[in-house]
Amino acid sequence: MIRIEPRNAPGRLMTLGVPVLSAVIALALAAIPLALAGADLTVAYGEMVKGVFGSVFAFSEMLTRATPLMFTGLAAALAFRAKLWNIGAEGQLYLGAMAAVAIGAGAVDIPGIFLIPLIIVLGAAAGAAGMAVPALLKTRFGADEVVTTLLLNFIILIFVQMMLEGALQDPMGLGWPQSAPILDQGMLPQLMPRMRMHSGLILALVLAGVAQFMLARSVWGFRLRAVGENAAAARHAGIGVNRSLFGVAILSGGLAGLAGVSEVAGLKGYLTADLSPGFGYTGIVVAMLAGLSPVGVVISALFIASVFVGADSMSRAMGVSSYLADLVVAMSLLCVLVGGFVARYRITRSKPAVAAA
Amino acid sequence: MMDILQILLSESFWAASLRIATPLIFGVLGALLCEKSGVLNLGIEGIFAAGAMCGWMAVWLGAGLWGGVLVAALAGAFFGLIHGILTVPLGLSQHVSGLGVTLFATSLSYFTYRTALPTVTSPPRIEPFRALDIPILSDIPFLGPVVFQQTAMTMLALAMVLLVWYVLNRTALGVALQAVGDNPDSVDAQGLSVYGLRIGAVMAGSALMALGGAFLTMSAFDAFFFGMVNGRGWICIALVIFASWKPGKALLGALLFGAFDALQVRLQTEVGAMVPGQVFLMAPYVLSIFALVVAARRAEYPRALLTPWFKGQR
Repeated sequence: MIRIEPRNAPGRLMTLGVPVLSAVIALALAAIPLALAGADLTVAYGEMVKGVFGSVFAFSEMLTRATPLMFTGLAAALAFRAKLWNIGAEGQLYLGAMAAVAIGAGAVDIPGIFLIPLIIVLGAAAGAAGMAVPALLKTRFGADEVVTTLLLNFIILIFVQMMLEGALQDPMGLGWPQSAPILDQGMLPQLMPRMRMHSGLILALVLAGVAQFMLARSVWGFRLRAVGENAAAARHAGIGVNRSLFGVAILSGGLAGLAGVSEVAGLKGYLTADLSPGFGYTGIVVAMLAGLSPVGVVISALFIASVFVGADSMSRAMGVSSYLADLVVAMSLLCVLVGGFVARYRITRSKPAVAAA
Repeated sequence: MMDILQILLSESFWAASLRIATPLIFGVLGALLCEKSGVLNLGIEGIFAAGAMCGWMAVWLGAGLWGGVLVAALAGAFFGLIHGILTVPLGLSQHVSGLGVTLFATSLSYFTYRTALPTVTSPPRIEPFRALDIPILSDIPFLGPVVFQQTAMTMLALAMVLLVWYVLNRTALGVALQAVGDNPDSVDAQGLSVYGLRIGAVMAGSALMALGGAFLTMSAFDAFFFGMVNGRGWICIALVIFASWKPGKALLGALLFGAFDALQVRLQTEVGAMVPGQVFLMAPYVLSIFALVVAARRAEYPRALLTPWFKGQR
C-alpha cells in the first residue's frame, strides 16, 4: 500500500529546492509547445539565455522588467501571508500610476528632492486606497475580496481610459489617450547611462528587506502571520483580526501602487492604458514561487523577468509567439503548487495490514 | 422615462438580454456545480478563454458547430481535471490553483492560436450558429421572439439550467454532490468516493464554463479575439453568491445582469453625449460588486467550500 502522510516540517533543502526545481521543470516543459511550434530547441533556449545574459544591456533590461514584479510580488506575498486574497494589484498599480502623473506632470513645479517623495507617497496612498475599499467590503459586509478585487481591476482600467481621454489627457498629445509627461525633476534617477534601469529597483530591494525584517521580527509581523495561519485562534488570543487585515490591505495596496509609480516615473514618463502587461497578476506567481517570503520575491521576480525578457528576444529571433513566456509563468505556478505538496507530505510504502490499522 | 419604459417592454430588448446572459448562464451553472461540491474554481476566466478558442478552432478546422461545442466542453473538462487533482486529493489552495489554471488556460489558448495563425491581421471567421425559428413556439406572442428565436446554444443553456436543477434536487447523485460540499465525512461514511464526486463535479462544471466561452466565438461573434472574455468569468463567480447556489436564481441573476447590460447599451445611445462612454463600460463590474455586497450577508455558502478533505483523517 502506498500512503501519503504529512511531514513534521519541510526541511531547509525542500523550502529552497522546491521553487528552484519548479522553475526548472516549467522551463523544461516549455520544450513541448516550442517543439510543436516547430522551433529548434537548442537554438530556442540559446536565444532565451542570450536575451538575458548576452550583454550588459540585456541584463539591465531584465532588471528593469523585474522591478515592477518585485513590488507586485511583495504586495501579493504580504496579503497572502494574512490569507487576504488581494488579486487586485493590477488595478492598484494603475491607481498608483495615475496619482503619479496627476501630481508629477506639472500640477506642482517644485524641486525633484520634494517632488519625487511626493509622487512616491501619493502613488502608494492611491494604491492603498484601492485596496482599502475591498478590505472594507470584506470586513463590513463579508463580501469576498477575491471577487471584488478582480472586478475592481476592470473598473479601474476603464477609469484610467476615461481619465486619459479626459482630465489627465496630455493637451499637447494630439488627441492620443495618454497623460502629459512627468516633469524631468520628478523622474526617478537612472542607475546607469544609456540603460533604462532606474532607482525604482533600489526602492523595491529596500522595501523587500524591510518587509522581510518586519515579518520575521516585529510584533506586527507576528500578528499578521497568526491571522493568516489561524484567524479564529488569533482572535481568541486577543489579536484584532479585522484591524490586522485592514493594515495589511493598506500595505499590500500601497506596494502595488508603487509598482505603478515606478513604471511611470522610472521608465515610461507618461501614463497610457497599456502601462502594465499584467504585472499585477504575474506578481501572484512571483509571490508563490517565493514561498511568500519577501527576500524570495526578489529572486523569483528576477527569474520571471528573465523568462519574459528571454522569451521576448527568442520570439523576435525565431518567430515563436511570445505568449510562450506567459505559458512558462503559468506552468511554474502550477509546478510550485505541486512542489509545495511534495515538500509537505511524503509518500511511504507500508503493508496493507499496517495501513488498515 | 417613457423611453425607458418603451425599451423595457420591447421584445428586442429582452431578446438581447437573454443573448447577453447566455455565456453567463453557462458560467454561473458551472461555478455553481464546482462550489456545490466544495471546490471554488477561479480557473473560470481562463476556461472561458480556452472554450472560446478551442470551440472556434475546431469549427475552423472543419469539425462542424456541434463538434466545436464538444471540443470546447472537453477542453473545459481537461482544465477542470487539473484544478480537481490539485485541489481535491492534493488539497492545495483553491484560490491559487484556480488562478494558476486561469493563467495556464489563457496563455495556452493564446499561444496555440498565435502558433496556428502566426501572421493573420484580421481574425478568420467561421459560420456561427444561426438564430432558430422553431415552428409554433416562435409564434407565441412576446415569448416566441424573446426565447425561441435565439441560437441553439441559448436553448442549450436554458436546457442546462433545468438539467442541473434536476440532477441536484431530484437524483441520488445530486444529493451526494450537495452532501460532499457540506459534509464530506458523511459521504465517505456511506462508502461513496469524496474525491470522485468532487473531481467529477469540477470537471462537469468546467465543461459548462467552457461552453460559455464557446458561445462567444460560435454564437455571439464568429471569430476569436485576445481578451474577449473580459472578466465575464469573474462576474459569474459573483453571480453564484448572488444566486445562493440555486440554478433557478442563477438563471434569474444572469438574466437581470443581461437586462441591465442591454439597457445600458440602449441608454448610451440616448444620453451618450452627456456622459463619457466608459461610465457605461464600468457598469457591469460595478453592478457585480453591488450584487455581491448585497448578497454576501445572507449567503449560505456550502459549508465545506474551500476546505480540503483527506481520506482517513478527521
